[in-house]
Amino acid sequence: MKTTTASAALFLALGLALAGCASNAETAEPAEPSATTDALEGTITVFAAASLKGTFTELADDFEAANPGTTVELNFAGSSDLVTQITEGAPADVFASADEKNMAKVTDAALAEGEPVDFATNVLEIAVPPGNPAGIESFADLAGSDAKVVVCAPAVPCGAATAAVETATGVDITPVSEESSVTDVLGKVVSGEADAGLVYVTDVIAAGDAVEGIEFDESDEAVNTYPVVALKDSAAPDVAQAFVDYIASEAGQKVLADAGFGTP
Amino acid sequence: MTVLGGVPRWVAALAALGALFVVLPLAAMITRVNWAEFLPLITSESSVAALLLSLRTSLAATALCVVFGVPMALVLARARFRGQKILRALVLLPLVLPPVVGGIALLYTFGRRGLIGQSLEVLGVTIAFSTTAVVLAQTFVALPFLVLSLEGALRTVGTRYEAVGATLGAGPTTVLRRITLPLVFPALLSGAVLSFARALGEFGATLTFAGSLQGTTRTLPLEIYLQRETSPDTAVALSLVLVVVAVIVVGFAHQAGSSGLRGGAIR
Amino acid sequence: MTLSFEARVADRGFDLSFDVAPGETVAVLGPNGAGKSTLLNLVAGLVRPDAGRATLDGEVLFDTAAGAFAAPHIRGISMLAQDALLFPHLSVLENVAFGPRSAGVRASVARSAARDWLAEVDALDLAERRPAQLSGGQAQRIAVARALASEPRLLLLDEPMAALDVSVAPAIRRTLRRVLEDRAAIVVTHDILDAFTLADRVLVLDAGGIVDEGATREVLERPRIRFTAGLAGLNLLTGVRTAEGLLTDGVELRGAAVEAVAIGAPAAASVRPSAVQVSLLPPPDPAGNRLRGIVRDLEPRGDLVRVRAEGLSADVTPARAAELDLASGTPVWFAFPAAALSVYGG
Repeated sequence: MKTTTASAALFLALGLALAGCASNAETAEPAEPSATTDALEGTITVFAAASLKGTFTELADDFEAANPGTTVELNFAGSSDLVTQITEGAPADVFASADEKNMAKVTDAALAEGEPVDFATNVLEIAVPPGNPAGIESFADLAGSDAKVVVCAPAVPCGAATAAVETATGVDITPVSEESSVTDVLGKVVSGEADAGLVYVTDVIAAGDAVEGIEFDESDEAVNTYPVVALKDSAAPDVAQAFVDYIASEAGQKVLADAGFGTP
Repeated sequence: MTVLGGVPRWVAALAALGALFVVLPLAAMITRVNWAEFLPLITSESSVAALLLSLRTSLAATALCVVFGVPMALVLARARFRGQKILRALVLLPLVLPPVVGGIALLYTFGRRGLIGQSLEVLGVTIAFSTTAVVLAQTFVALPFLVLSLEGALRTVGTRYEAVGATLGAGPTTVLRRITLPLVFPALLSGAVLSFARALGEFGATLTFAGSLQGTTRTLPLEIYLQRETSPDTAVALSLVLVVVAVIVVGFAHQAGSSGLRGGAIR
Repeated sequence: MTLSFEARVADRGFDLSFDVAPGETVAVLGPNGAGKSTLLNLVAGLVRPDAGRATLDGEVLFDTAAGAFAAPHIRGISMLAQDALLFPHLSVLENVAFGPRSAGVRASVARSAARDWLAEVDALDLAERRPAQLSGGQAQRIAVARALASEPRLLLLDEPMAALDVSVAPAIRRTLRRVLEDRAAIVVTHDILDAFTLADRVLVLDAGGIVDEGATREVLERPRIRFTAGLAGLNLLTGVRTAEGLLTDGVELRGAAVEAVAIGAPAAASVRPSAVQVSLLPPPDPAGNRLRGIVRDLEPRGDLVRVRAEGLSADVTPARAAELDLASGTPVWFAFPAAALSVYGG
């Protein structure tokens, strides 16, 4: 009968559509282990720290180009927000953190597949508005009373790094604001509200002409190490691991170095 | 009449569902509270500083909302001029504007390079990174609540009593003081309380415009935002404090609103 | 002259002028939409005229030519409406004391004056109540006290009894009669009993203009226009004075002159509906007045039925109306004795 065929077709279409709209973790492949290494296929979701936005977007594109049949979905946020999402069960396949403290939370919760790999480092740099209105030249200048300095709050990775440098140099900054994310610090410098801010080297490079950067030697006192790991319960574990490997590979490292990241 | 008071069952069911939708997340949050550490967490130096700052700034913002919101509501409700509809839409804009966008706009106005901020800098007045900035941000987002609430009540009350007052010899200010405002007092009060609640919870505009420094600009919501990085327990505990304050404030508003109808203030 | 007034409001078709003498109460009558409320609002200052001038005791209320406009609160004119509009959030005493207090009188002095006025309207025992606890009649009495407590130079009343029960109105009317005794006031009303009780003079308004005015008895007992006659409940016939009475529509009627009118001069005459008989056949009495008419409608009025034709009405018993099988369109004869017709200048 025409109606039975029609409804069967409709059912089939619905089923296919549903399968297609399935969450990122589901792949078109049945759950058979991919024995062969040729033709990686699958979709992975990568949770990455906000400071990795530019580089990871590029790395994802390169990876997809090199491995047609794979799709890399990216989710950028503050590292601790990502940790919260992961521990509460958000579907992620790879996690790249801006510091080891947050990565430890994930490994301690036994959510990591294997050991985390350090793939980049970042150090602090002073960012000032174009023209350097307050005439900052060194880290010590930041402690001058008239300069409006904005830093990250000690609770976040860039703030912890700031505090470490302060301790090491004995210079105590009195900031006018302690932001919760390095993006907000950068924003205040770009808008001219702040005379100077402590951000990452990569942020200064990414901001281009919007800010001027002032490097300082003491930045080596606080090096931020970025680890990455594949996560358990991934629906495409081989793709996930392949991506992690790619980040650590020469090609991946070059992208990171171009953005200003240091070697791990 | 039954408990439902004539409301159809399916309507009551939908209402229950809606209520559940609001209450469940609160309940879920409460189950995560670390009760053992609760008191030390909310009485820590940073927590107390944040709470006191929040209360201070919200009260100041509410006062500003009343001082400016009442005249705005009066003009919108009573005066008749071209472009009134547009003005009303603009005044209500902060309601739909994402607070972060509001903060950016305030920055472009009062920031060091801002429209007005520039001139203020020259005069030696800096608003950025100050408690004043927090109050401004809170006032910006909370003002429409008061204006809306009051304008509605002013329209309902109408102008007849005011006309009578005028014929009895009361000048415009006396009419306002002794007739108009007393008549809409319940709406004014509930509007002010709503504004207070909104100011208390304000986050996006404060973050973008005022910055975050303990005791100066780090209000309770900002403190919660920061604490969630290192101590989710503190964040949840402080959130509970905020919820309790909000519940008390809103409950008070409702009480004042209904008892304020003494002798049928609005008929 | 207490009040001198002339004004035009274009979009309401309002254009008239009148005066109020010191201590005089003027009643304003007219159909809905005639402009009665506009008149009061213009005097009170709640509406601005397009053109005109008004003064009260020599002080300018408005003068469009000079661009002057006194705000309502400095005019010294109080207004009383159908709705008492007592301030709901104030006690009765506070309500009455409102006027004096607004004038800057000290609270204690204002309150004692308020008590005096409440006593004047027999409402002193209600002083501590709230408006929500008052009946319509009580509220209206207190509204009167409140309006008078501000010692107005002119009092405006907008159908003050209209919202009250028939049983309550008389008491208010008596109170008003007493307090308006030597006071300048303008009373807008639909009820001619109000006009007779309270007013020295009457203004009849229609479509934004004055169509009749004069002393109360004069206007209401000797109406010269249909509308006023209708208000007064009288039949009106117009025509020319004859030796015997009135010549109207080619018919000679016999009547008694109640004022001197020259023969041949325009005249009007009135006759009460209750004095008019209705019949289907021509009335037999040649000495009486008789007029033809076609029934337009029948209006039950208590124990009588008013038979209305174009220009004439008669009150008959329901039994009689049934007996004559009256219906719309029935040709009938109206008859009334000469004594019932009052003739006066038109």
